[in-house]
Amino acid sequence: MPDARPAPDLHLVFDDVSMAFAARHVFDHLSFRFPPGRISVILGGSGSGKSTALRLIGGLIQPSGGRILVDGEDVTALSERQLYRVRAKLGMLFQSGALLDALTVFENVAFPLRQRTRLSGADIEARVRECLDAVGLTDADDLLPSQLSGGMVKRAALARAIVARPSILLCDEPFSGLDPISARRIEALLVEINGRFGMTVVVVSHDIASTMRMAAQVLVLLPDGAVEGSPEELRHSTDARVASFLNPDLDAALAGATQVEVAPGAAAW
Amino acid sequence: MVTVVRDLGWLSLRFVEQLGSLARFAGSIGASLLTPPPRFGRFVDELFKLGVLSLIIICLCGTAVGAVLGLQGYNTLVRFGAADSLGAVVGLSLIRELAPVLTALLTTGRAGSATTAEIGTMVVTEQLDGLRMMSVDPVHYIVAPKALAMVVVMPLLSALFTVFGIFGGYLVGVRVMGLDGSTYLSSLDSAVDFENDVGGSLLKAVVFGVLIGLISTYRGFTTAPTSAGVSSATTSTVVVASVCILIFDYFITALWGV
Amino acid sequence: MRRSPMRDFLVGCFVLLGLAAIAYLSLSVGGVSYNGPKGLKLFADFDEIGGLKVRAPVVVSGVKVGEIESIGLADDYRARVHFNLDPSLKLPADTSASIVTSGVLGDRYVSLQPGADDQILASGQQIEFVESAVILERMIGKLIHNTDVGKGDAK
Repeated sequence: MPDARPAPDLHLVFDDVSMAFAARHVFDHLSFRFPPGRISVILGGSGSGKSTALRLIGGLIQPSGGRILVDGEDVTALSERQLYRVRAKLGMLFQSGALLDALTVFENVAFPLRQRTRLSGADIEARVRECLDAVGLTDADDLLPSQLSGGMVKRAALARAIVARPSILLCDEPFSGLDPISARRIEALLVEINGRFGMTVVVVSHDIASTMRMAAQVLVLLPDGAVEGSPEELRHSTDARVASFLNPDLDAALAGATQVEVAPGAAAW
Repeated sequence: MVTVVRDLGWLSLRFVEQLGSLARFAGSIGASLLTPPPRFGRFVDELFKLGVLSLIIICLCGTAVGAVLGLQGYNTLVRFGAADSLGAVVGLSLIRELAPVLTALLTTGRAGSATTAEIGTMVVTEQLDGLRMMSVDPVHYIVAPKALAMVVVMPLLSALFTVFGIFGGYLVGVRVMGLDGSTYLSSLDSAVDFENDVGGSLLKAVVFGVLIGLISTYRGFTTAPTSAGVSSATTSTVVVASVCILIFDYFITALWGV
Repeated sequence: MRRSPMRDFLVGCFVLLGLAAIAYLSLSVGGVSYNGPKGLKLFADFDEIGGLKVRAPVVVSGVKVGEIESIGLADDYRARVHFNLDPSLKLPADTSASIVTSGVLGDRYVSLQPGADDQILASGQQIEFVESAVILERMIGKLIHNTDVGKGDAK
């Protein structure tokens, strides 16, 4: 029976987690503690399993082994019903926004409050406006998601993710598909949200520069294992894999990758 | 030879597996309908999308089918001196068979495929996962209102198809061919019986509504999360639903007409 | 989807139209019984009912006034037919009921010819005067038999 106020180090924990899709192993025996109230970043190349990690936290998929603790509770052992309770503490920003395309921006941001709380219409409106102001979408509340630019979609989705004051904010590639200015804007918003509301923020990203700027703790998912540390520690790491990941020599990498993989049985031409 | 048998075995197992999965899905829809909060607003939305937007196609096709029946029926009956029974022929054909079946097939093509595409797109764009993360059950919020609306809409559309069909037959028989209007209507009245005909017609419409509602939402829900997945799911809905409608039509007709 | 009053109105119209269509088909065309338990219930015994079916119409001077509610056997093995009629009907006690066919090969129905008696039939009473159904095959058989007999006499 978890304690009423779980120890801080049980706030968000991956405990010996393994994940495999069919024959492909995404990660093996991964253990990591996300520091409460700070920004953590999961770094990795494509296919390294970063988005999978977020979906595991939300209970959308089950790992092939290990436990994932959210405030002391193991989400892998919960039923869908019980998960709904845990998800009340989480806010998720999906890569494509995942806004309901039949509702306006205002209705989308108000959705979690209308569905799960009994706040009055006036209270809901106040909260929604506060979040829209925070992300800079005050004038867009009447638009449909199809009428928004990529950056606006992400900001609206972010507003929706924080409107119910979750204790943990999960962001799946918040900077992908954005121009540098919009990406910086999102980065600044995440830092501000973390500072203002004290939420634990978990960001999945492949952008190294922003990671170094905003993260308190970084988990790097490399093909042959994971490495964790603060940005400072990683920058001065003596591990060759980390160094090459953080400072990729693109030309060298490209030269090494000239060998096009040939499928077995196919003619090499 | 061995491969053929093995493939057959594999296909049969997959078929049974799919049926089981469909039954579980139907069960979860049923459970959602009994769970509060009632999604009345969503239900009305779906009534609009599935019902009101299908009105024009149903009315046009109903009138056309009725007119064709009127034409064909007249040409045949007049040879036996029985042209006065045209109302009965048009009415019975429509009420017993053509209205529920054609309405169901038309609705599958228009509303059924739209439902599958809509839900399938929501799967691909992670909207359903988004709902789950906000602690809202996607079956409760999206699927159940659509399925229920389909069941409610079908008998209404089928009845409208019938009425427009009778009207179409009237236009041809009375206005074009010169039959007496009241003869047309009275032969219709005397031949049609609620228990055997209209009741069976409404029952078929409801059953078809359940089929379309279930199949279209299931296919949308289980779409593979790729763009090709949505179009393949939509095609599958139309094919599977159409075949099931025609097969169930036989069984209902056989059992009801006892 | 914008929740607009217009949209709700259209849905309401659609549902009303559909229900009206169902009502039209059931009541007007399908002839759902309008009498129910409050109808005038009479019965009559026939030697032969032919193909008379339950729910067949009962007419007076060609106007439908009710239908056959049930058909059974009386103690003397005659067919007892129960009628469910319009409760506002006033049928004299010497009304007669005959089973007729619509057309030569059509469905059977019952036609009532009101008499002239002062007494009016009340619910539950029997119609005394009946004319049973004519069976076509027997008529033809009789005709052939008569013709043969005629021929025999002439010889």
